[in-house]
Amino acid sequence: MHFEYNIISGDFSNAGSASSQIKKVLKQLNVDSVTIKRIVVALYEAEVNVVAHSFGGTIFAEITEEEIILILKDTGPGIPDISRAMQEGYSTASPQVREMGFGAGMGLPNIKKNADKLEIKSEVGVGTEVKIMVKLS
Amino acid sequence: MKVEEIVKALDLKVFSGEKGLSNEINNGYVSDLLSDVMGSAEAGSAWITLQTHKNVMAIASLKELSAIILVKGFKPEDDMAAQSNEEDIPVLGTDKQAFEISGELYNLLKK
Repeated sequence: MHFEYNIISGDFSNAGSASSQIKKVLKQLNVDSVTIKRIVVALYEAEVNVVAHSFGGTIFAEITEEEIILILKDTGPGIPDISRAMQEGYSTASPQVREMGFGAGMGLPNIKKNADKLEIKSEVGVGTEVKIMVKLS
Repeated sequence: MKVEEIVKALDLKVFSGEKGLSNEINNGYVSDLLSDVMGSAEAGSAWITLQTHKNVMAIASLKELSAIILVKGFKPEDDMAAQSNEEDIPVLGTDKQAFEISGELYNLLKK
């Protein structure tokens, strides 16, 4: 199964809608609830990152019997230092985003904790691609 | 314990999501950082916070939380209340600050 969702830069009011739709699909597929929770946490954080940091992007979700692969591809400033971005507490979010309770530097660490595999490719001034894999069985 | 029992015992306001008043609350989580709640809150918890925007409901829904308790007299923004009605997750309120209401809820749930 394949799904695609557009993410609009700065559109916080719709952040989480792709995660919510993927959650429904996984429930229908009878994926166990612990695995669904991990996927939802990882995808939500990745979705919010695209809303908060990029100029916009797309989520590509591929679900097979064995695994779910989520690819979030954005155009935007990119991440100059990925290992620093992975550190808990490090954030480049704007003050407005922080006031909403985002930007605590926990997003990428949350993704890493919940994914079986996380790959980040980024080019400064071009964009970022985040690939999240979670085993379903 | 049901949300409506907690509303009564702690004298909370009900702003929205009335259909969810029969949800069960088993635990609580106190945080204003959304990723912290996303990473650590347990399903079935009441989330105590001062955040009043719609993203709170997105997280509550994804994490299957039972209710939100807004502290210090904060009120939900209109789109937060609307989302709460759609998801049947009640948004409740108190004039007390987080420390006090957390203590009261803790005592209530640990009885």
